[in-house]
Amino acid sequence: MLRIACPLCGERDYTEFRYGGDADKRRPLHGTADLKAWDDYVFVFDNPKGPHREFWQHVVGCRQWLILERDTATNAVGVCELARALANAREDSRR
Amino acid sequence: MIATPYRLPAGGRLDRDDAIGFSLDGRPMSGFRGDTLASALLANGVMLVGRSFKYHRPRGFLSAGIEEPNGLFTLGEGQCTEPNVAGTVTELVEGLSARRQNGWPSVEFDLMSINWLIAPLLAAGFYYKTFMGPTRGAWMFYEPLIRRAAGLGRGVHQRDPDRYQTRHAFTEVLVIGAGLAGLTAALAAGRAGARVVLVEQDTLLGGGLLLEDAAGPAEDWRRRVEAELQSLPNVDILTRTTALGLYDGGTVALVERRDHLQPDSACGEARQIVTTLRARAIVYATGATERPLIFPNNDRPGVMLAAAVRGYLNRFAVGLAKRAVVTTNNDSAYATAFDLARHGVAVTVVDQRNAVRRELENKAKALKIELRTDATVIDVLGTKRVTGVVLGSTSGEAQLSKSDCDLVCMSGGWSPTVHLTAHGGIKPHYRSDIAAFVPGGYAEGQFGAGALTGSFAVAAAIREGMDAGRTAAARSGHDARASELAPPVLDSTGYGIESICHLPRKRNGKAFVDFQNDVTVKDLTIAHQEGYQSVEHLKRYTTLGMGTDQGKTSNINALVIEAQSRGVDISGATTTTFRPPFTPVSFGALSGRSVGKDFRPTRRSPLHDWHLAHGGELIQAGPWMRAWWYRWAGSTAQSAYIEEMRLVRTGVGLADASTLGKIDVQGPDAAEFLDRIYANNFSKLQIGKARYGVMLADDGTVFDDGTTTRLGETRYFMTTTTAQAGEVMSWIEFLLQTAWTDLKVHVTSITDEWAAMAVAGPRARAALELALPGEDLSDSKLPYMGCLEIKIEGVPLRLIRLSFSGELAFEVYVPADHAVALWEHILSSASPLDIKPYGLEAVASLRIEKGHVAGLELDHRNTLDDLGLGRMASETKAYVGRELRQRPMLHAPQRWSLVGIECLEPGKTLRGGSILFAGTDKIEGHGRGYITSVTWSTELNKFIALGLYQGGLQHAGEDIVCAYPLKAEQVKARIVAPMFIDPKGERLRA
Repeated sequence: MLRIACPLCGERDYTEFRYGGDADKRRPLHGTADLKAWDDYVFVFDNPKGPHREFWQHVVGCRQWLILERDTATNAVGVCELARALANAREDSRR
Repeated sequence: MIATPYRLPAGGRLDRDDAIGFSLDGRPMSGFRGDTLASALLANGVMLVGRSFKYHRPRGFLSAGIEEPNGLFTLGEGQCTEPNVAGTVTELVEGLSARRQNGWPSVEFDLMSINWLIAPLLAAGFYYKTFMGPTRGAWMFYEPLIRRAAGLGRGVHQRDPDRYQTRHAFTEVLVIGAGLAGLTAALAAGRAGARVVLVEQDTLLGGGLLLEDAAGPAEDWRRRVEAELQSLPNVDILTRTTALGLYDGGTVALVERRDHLQPDSACGEARQIVTTLRARAIVYATGATERPLIFPNNDRPGVMLAAAVRGYLNRFAVGLAKRAVVTTNNDSAYATAFDLARHGVAVTVVDQRNAVRRELENKAKALKIELRTDATVIDVLGTKRVTGVVLGSTSGEAQLSKSDCDLVCMSGGWSPTVHLTAHGGIKPHYRSDIAAFVPGGYAEGQFGAGALTGSFAVAAAIREGMDAGRTAAARSGHDARASELAPPVLDSTGYGIESICHLPRKRNGKAFVDFQNDVTVKDLTIAHQEGYQSVEHLKRYTTLGMGTDQGKTSNINALVIEAQSRGVDISGATTTTFRPPFTPVSFGALSGRSVGKDFRPTRRSPLHDWHLAHGGELIQAGPWMRAWWYRWAGSTAQSAYIEEMRLVRTGVGLADASTLGKIDVQGPDAAEFLDRIYANNFSKLQIGKARYGVMLADDGTVFDDGTTTRLGETRYFMTTTTAQAGEVMSWIEFLLQTAWTDLKVHVTSITDEWAAMAVAGPRARAALELALPGEDLSDSKLPYMGCLEIKIEGVPLRLIRLSFSGELAFEVYVPADHAVALWEHILSSASPLDIKPYGLEAVASLRIEKGHVAGLELDHRNTLDDLGLGRMASETKAYVGRELRQRPMLHAPQRWSLVGIECLEPGKTLRGGSILFAGTDKIEGHGRGYITSVTWSTELNKFIALGLYQGGLQHAGEDIVCAYPLKAEQVKARIVAPMFIDPKGERLRA
């Protein structure tokens, strides 16, 4: 059983979470009219073997969306952080 | 006392003061506490325990453990029947009822054994070649017959009355297996202070030590270590517990058997318990399994694995023979030969090797054992019991000799029990020095010790156990200084295997590789000749290793034979993939308490009990139990919902809408947020007004709909559909937490906190005025799509004038605790208007008449335009899904889109799921669309439906055919606008 270390709730079984896809894909900014950008974001996925950063939500815990490092070949999990914290940090660096 | 002819007068690890009565095929028998079913049967003189899978050959026990392929029984009676249980792992309990399997009329006299005469027809691939392919139809006819002739025990179609339990647990160190290495590892970790769980599938700790003389020095060691482990409060010992599978994150599934406690399900006692254990470190000390040798008729009752014979002798005090032949390719079988000789059995050792160590030779001589090297068994005599063997030389076809015996003990070497270590995907690798596969590595925090690693010597097992236990404890920060444990004194013979190879014989008689599935050397040869050379193909073509024993005694031998056929070195071979469960597990144990009504969680409306107490019939809708229809309206759903529809169209009804998803949206950017997630505009919504909104997914298809009410400048009350409530909540949390972190908005699910009820019908306002005297509910104060927040006796209510039915209607929201009180208050105060409750069936039917889409139409493939809602989308703002909604194919004129359908044939029924065809179409294939929702219309007195149809309303007025092939029905119907009543909406604005 995959065990995920939620930064707020501690280590829990993955059955408490839902998966949310590749976290390195950047959602186009709201209102972006570029059809191609949306098409890439919604339909085009890498299927990597090895390290992967992905969204998980702690559905029956704190409800926070997290970004988890997971190796798709071994299922070994690495760092797990709040998606909001990372998004805010990205915003700050943009300013 | 029932005679037990093969029980020795003394010895063994049995409680001879505790006799246990049991039965085989109804015949009473007797054993002792400490017996397995197998040892007790052998003590009672039962050698023939079953008929083989395909050929119905007589079979006896091969082993004394979980690897047993032959001795499978049906245990219990009636509802408690459990088929295919290995007698070698069944603990003997008072009253146990066992039946032998796969013989007709009986195992002793089996008419099906004539299969033996047509055996040449039943080789690998026979079924497929004969019944599949060009004569495929034949398979449909023959399959049930073949399945009956071949096969194992049969289950029953009755509910299992026993109780099964599941639990979750954590530990710092898990040790799997309690042999020499496992006991030592548990002790080392336990002494260091770590929380330890030691699991052992057997009833006793000791593993291979239990094969030793119960009065010898090894037993002292075993008892001493067990006593120390039991004195440590931080060590949990779980016997009768099997580790079924290893999963990510150090998670292990354990199943504990408790039949020996005779659990009483009426008192809540569980027969089996499955534990999901999360361990910070794992020590595998799973030992090794002995392999058979392969020679013609090696499956006759009385041909057994050498260590098993030793176990029956020393642990269970069963003397199986007067004259035994021990045949081997390694040293380990000598221990069996010596122990048999010490018990007065005349023993011949037939060793395939050219020479044996002097030490063994001397000892054999001292015990008067006849020792033949460069020798091998080339045939077995006897049918229901071994009567002798034919011997030849390993190196050539020298003169044959015959030797009488009533027992053949064989050892083809040992295979480490690598299964659990490989569940995570780490393939075992072959070590030619011990002619066996060992773990190919371990996941982080996991270790191996003892025979599993190929270390068969006593001292090595102790050393590896110590190291593994200490390292495992250190992972949790426990001081793991070396502690001492002297190894037990064992009369160890060593291993000394040279290589394993299959020796072809020019001799008739089947040489079995997989005993349970009746796979012979010849089958493997055929498979090879036909090109099935990969081990995975070989397995599937011959069914080798696919029985309940999962090939524990056969897989490695098959790999050797296959490698030899291909002329390649075995060391390059790979095993098939090991998967959980390690040994068979009952469905009862896996499902635990999640059966029947507890199969999954059930959600209930706060009005649930009221519905039940007042004639409400419930229906499951996703996780919810919802009020379906009420007894006041009729005695069946079909009649009641029509009566309830009539109530809403002509009077007033009350419906429970509490299952709707409800979300509180607050914050300075709430309006901007709603503008982004809804396709239509919400920022311009006035305070105190509600609006119907549609959300799209990123790909431009419709995701969900609902109404959202503006309660204040920065506060909205959102509702979602019942089915999508959880999805919508996760989705908006995703957007707010990962993409729109700059928006100052907070969302909270209040689905469970607020109940909802709909008051609907021409008399709805009058009904509410009776219930809420003094409130002005006039059209000017509370117009269509208006919202009023009021209090009744201090309890807040939200009245929103919404209509799902198409009638004048109000939705009333109230904190869940007060739902029943308000519901009863409305019913009693409005009783002069004949208000009654109506259920989900009527709700869903009323909305079809009105043409409102719901979950059946919103199938995540259709667009706003498909549903006739295209004009709702804002032209002036961005919203989720706007861009991909523009994709040209989503605007193709031939898309399946929403239509209304009217039945043209009175007396006929429209059915949901019917396939739609144009009137001129040939009725075949997928048609031009399908019916999504259907109801009887009380207004139109005919069946009406909503559906998706190619080209949609371009075809309005055209006649179509609704085909329902499952019932061979075709009904003529007409495409109409999807709104059957009050198209101008005058009723809901009344």
